[in-house]
Amino acid sequence: MNAGPADSPLTIQPAIRTENVCRHYAMGESLIRAVDGVSIQIARGEFVALLGTSGSGKSSLLNLIAGLDRPTSGAVIVEERDLAKLSREQLARHRLRTVGMVFQSFNLIPSMTVLENVELPLRFAEVDRAERDGLARQALEQVGLGKRLRHRPSQLSGGEQQRTALARALINRPKLLLADEPTGNLDSRTGTEIMEMIREFNRSLGMTVVMVTHERPLAERYAGRLIFLADGKVDERISQSLAPEAASEVQP
Amino acid sequence: MKSYDLAELAVRNLRESVLRNSLTTVGISVGVASLVAMLSLGIGLQQLATRRLVKSGLFDTVIVTSRRDLRNFGGDDENRDRPAPMESPVLDETARQKMEKLPGVTEAFPDIRFITSLAYDDKPHLTMVAGIPESAKGTDAFDGMQGKFFSGAMANEAILQKSFAAELLGKTPKPGADEPPVAELAPPLLGKDLVMRYAERTTVESSAGADAATYSIRSKEIRLRIVGVTDLDPDSMRGALRARVMLPVKLVESLHVAQPGAMRDSTQAASKDPTYMTVSVRVNNPSQVQAVEDAVKKMGFNTFSMLDATKSLRRFFAILDLFLGIFGSLALAVASIGIVNTLVMAILERRREIGIMKAIGASDGDVQKLFFAEAGVMGALGGALGVALGWTIGRVINVATNLYLKRQALQPEQIWFVPWWLVLGAIVFAIAVSLLSGLYPAARAARLDPVQALRYE
Repeated sequence: MNAGPADSPLTIQPAIRTENVCRHYAMGESLIRAVDGVSIQIARGEFVALLGTSGSGKSSLLNLIAGLDRPTSGAVIVEERDLAKLSREQLARHRLRTVGMVFQSFNLIPSMTVLENVELPLRFAEVDRAERDGLARQALEQVGLGKRLRHRPSQLSGGEQQRTALARALINRPKLLLADEPTGNLDSRTGTEIMEMIREFNRSLGMTVVMVTHERPLAERYAGRLIFLADGKVDERISQSLAPEAASEVQP
Repeated sequence: MKSYDLAELAVRNLRESVLRNSLTTVGISVGVASLVAMLSLGIGLQQLATRRLVKSGLFDTVIVTSRRDLRNFGGDDENRDRPAPMESPVLDETARQKMEKLPGVTEAFPDIRFITSLAYDDKPHLTMVAGIPESAKGTDAFDGMQGKFFSGAMANEAILQKSFAAELLGKTPKPGADEPPVAELAPPLLGKDLVMRYAERTTVESSAGADAATYSIRSKEIRLRIVGVTDLDPDSMRGALRARVMLPVKLVESLHVAQPGAMRDSTQAASKDPTYMTVSVRVNNPSQVQAVEDAVKKMGFNTFSMLDATKSLRRFFAILDLFLGIFGSLALAVASIGIVNTLVMAILERRREIGIMKAIGASDGDVQKLFFAEAGVMGALGGALGVALGWTIGRVINVATNLYLKRQALQPEQIWFVPWWLVLGAIVFAIAVSLLSGLYPAARAARLDPVQALRYE
């Protein structure tokens, strides 16, 4: 089985490392501790699922790793850079170059065609128009949408929209793919299709994948490791490495 | 983001809510149109006034008087620290020739006028006679003249002022009644002769020494042909002031008519040249009046020009343009509030979209520039549309005014003018105002928190 560039998750620099990271925010009078002292390590090429109930802080943690949000305290080190110390401009570059994201609600821009949505990150990366077009078509071929370039998101099925979002996430060849409930709005068959695709990227491109989900069976089926969060903290008791299957996947 | 992409995205976004954005753009264009229409009328009126005034020949003339003459034209406080009148140079032929050689001067002619008797049909009439230069022909002072201008610089010809013509024909109206029109007075007079009696001044070699000049006065006569009758008001500033009979200035000079001031000057004049009360200096171009005035002042003479008067006229137009501009800009200011409103609304509407763009890697700067570009595009479109609209409004006003003038049997006038700098300036101004209006919305969009924006449905 192809394990990609990841040799062993334990011996090399981790892709993501958090050190006692906290994200607190005030809501009216009370202080919400969305993420409250989380220290985790995710190796390059790993496929990790963040599990937990609604409000457990899993999405907040994902946003911190994505550089969409800043920690109140602690460190979030992604690809050897502490995101807490980056400027707003540098964080934008991190989101552009290092991270690809997919969301439960797809988050495509409704006024743009499939092709335009996919090439939008390339505009921010200042890639030339001609090159942009080629790259976007190629990415859409990869997700099996080569024939629906001129459609608007509203003309697509949920699965097709999520595949468009996947193509967009991959267009800048990021090292990390962060997925926030990617199958939450899809029926189970389409959800499986998307998950297969994500697994394929994890394996063939060696991308590190962090997926937030509340569906344990889904996580168990695709992820190499499960991290459970509750009340903003990692629940060590039930977090587990799915050793037999995961081992077979990362160590040929 | 590259500027081309930026513009493309901006136009695409504007087209998404086409009604609102077009209304905002129309708002800008109305603002620009009012600005352009107001200013083009202001500029047009100013040009009309300037054109008329230049044609009048008053604005390219500097009137020079001697400081010896205590009755200075424009005798004001600035003369106080100058030499006493008696030490000032004499305004004589030498001085006149010097002035004529100044750069930018077309001609310098003495203002010769005297009261004398003219006989028509053997009946003498006493009136003021003045010399006028050839160049007076080109001004509009003789627009309403019947007959012709002088056939030559030395022609024994005269142009009569209407009231004198009426007097010659015995048609002087009773006080309060209207004078008969020129067209009625001219035919019986044109081609007829007048006999002018005048006092000739001749220099007599004196035994008292080279310094002193002695004059003798002799009575002489000259026969003049009437070539024209003008309705020029003798009391107006135009043409020969208060004179009712005009002769070619060269002819008058050659007659050596004794002038009122000659008696006084003759006691001090070092030369035998004739001296003048006033000399009119005409310049090529009204813009050179100031330079020529300064040069003549340096020669030790008093000057007066209508430029002094035009200064206040120009100030008036500057203020008029300013006010028209402010009123025109008011509409644009209102329109700029429309831009702020539209863009702030767009932020609310596109909050999620901004969140998405940020999530996939757009920097604060990218988002800010995008909103800026949208404001700029609206400004550019509104500006271009506004210039076209303003041009049309100005044109319609012009046409309507001319229709009115025509109905009043008056000559049509161009009261509206759109210079190229106004076109360019209006568009640039519209873009600048729009960008200024986009400043706050763009900054607000850029600072949007992506996590919250993505949560927004």
